[in-house]
Amino acid sequence: MCLGIPAKIISIEEGNTGKADYLGTKVKVNLSLLDEIKVGDWVIIHAGFAISRLDEAEAQETLNLLREIASQENPDS
Amino acid sequence: MDELRHGAITAALLRLVQQKTNRLGRRVRIMEVCGTHTMTVYRYGLNPLLQASGIDLLSGPGCPVCITPDEYHEAAIALLTQRPRTTVASFGDMTRVPTSQGSLQTVVPAPGSRLRIIYSPLEAIDLAMTHPEDEVVLFAAGFETTIPSIALTVKEARKRGLLNFSLLAALWLIPPPLRAILQAGEVALDGFLYPGHVSTIIGCAPYRFVAEEFGLPGTITGFEPNDVLLGIISILDQLLANKPGVEVEYRRAVPAEGNQRALRVMAEVFEPKDAVWRGLGLIPSSGLRLRSEYQDFDASSRFSLDVTSARGEKSHPACRCGEVLRGLLQPEECPLFGASCRPESPYGPCMVSYEGACLIHFKYNRPGKEK
Repeated sequence: MCLGIPAKIISIEEGNTGKADYLGTKVKVNLSLLDEIKVGDWVIIHAGFAISRLDEAEAQETLNLLREIASQENPDS
Repeated sequence: MDELRHGAITAALLRLVQQKTNRLGRRVRIMEVCGTHTMTVYRYGLNPLLQASGIDLLSGPGCPVCITPDEYHEAAIALLTQRPRTTVASFGDMTRVPTSQGSLQTVVPAPGSRLRIIYSPLEAIDLAMTHPEDEVVLFAAGFETTIPSIALTVKEARKRGLLNFSLLAALWLIPPPLRAILQAGEVALDGFLYPGHVSTIIGCAPYRFVAEEFGLPGTITGFEPNDVLLGIISILDQLLANKPGVEVEYRRAVPAEGNQRALRVMAEVFEPKDAVWRGLGLIPSSGLRLRSEYQDFDASSRFSLDVTSARGEKSHPACRCGEVLRGLLQPEECPLFGASCRPESPYGPCMVSYEGACLIHFKYNRPGKEK
């Protein structure tokens, strides 16, 4: 029930709604729960509502951590 | 973002888990309280690998469909079958939960009444607008992830002056059952994987009591397989340093303070109530009801439905969902599991919901299952 999907905002319309791209599918999304959403932002969508804005810098940090763990184990790769 | 699922990284993370459990010198038991975590762990085959690395994972009460007592489902069924011209709108999983009278999907609606399966709660507003002559009842189950959307839906009904819309709320808060499980002391735990999407709303603070009062670590964790392993490593690090706290692995989605706008909407429309959970019984301030300003949208008072005297007992005498939800029993240990209780003929909600532990174990973890 708490399944959320990451999707990218592709348009913002009247009444706090917009469209998002999820793996090539356009979905309608209500943006009322977030402040100042812009086209190009990544969000988590749950039950038709964007509930969280994804932070690119934080995402990058997690990816860097994962790469670091993998490379410490295999210094050659 | 391949790193979040990359097999070689998964293998490296599992070796780290093994090193850390070796340093602790014992096995570590972690409870997850989110059906989506259960799904990640079983779908990606992590469970046997984690077991081999010294980790025992337990599923807790992380599925709102599963913990909603039968009385709520029976109230929705009574509306659908007894009241003409009534639309019950609900999320898919909720409509298949079996009760002694059948499920919302199997019962015969009253004349002019119907069941509508919805994805977004706002669809119930559209139904009420387009069918002004019908009563539309939104039968909504959910945790904090879903509750702000339900609150906004109620506000939207107010804004549009809808008189034929109401809410049958089965809304639950995640921190209170954690306290109930820890206080009951029935299951020995070393830490919690906290739910990622509930935490996008509530942030870190509501979990602090777990560390401060019970001395157990926990980490808010995302839903990719390598997220879950990083979450487990974070819990092991807290155990090794003997510094239990509330850490966030799912930083890309979860700000420490949560979603303040969503929390305000929730608090504006709902207030906490003592509520009965399936399997866990009465838990103080663990459920929500509409505030008096929004009371006119309350389906239970509009139609005199009684859900407050819910007992939270089993739907079938032999069903052991309650023990599964408390982390006392693995689904495989229930004698009904996979025999008479199957996805096509479930005895209890844990075999119905896509986030129910029994259904997930049935799909991904049956020994000797057909390939």
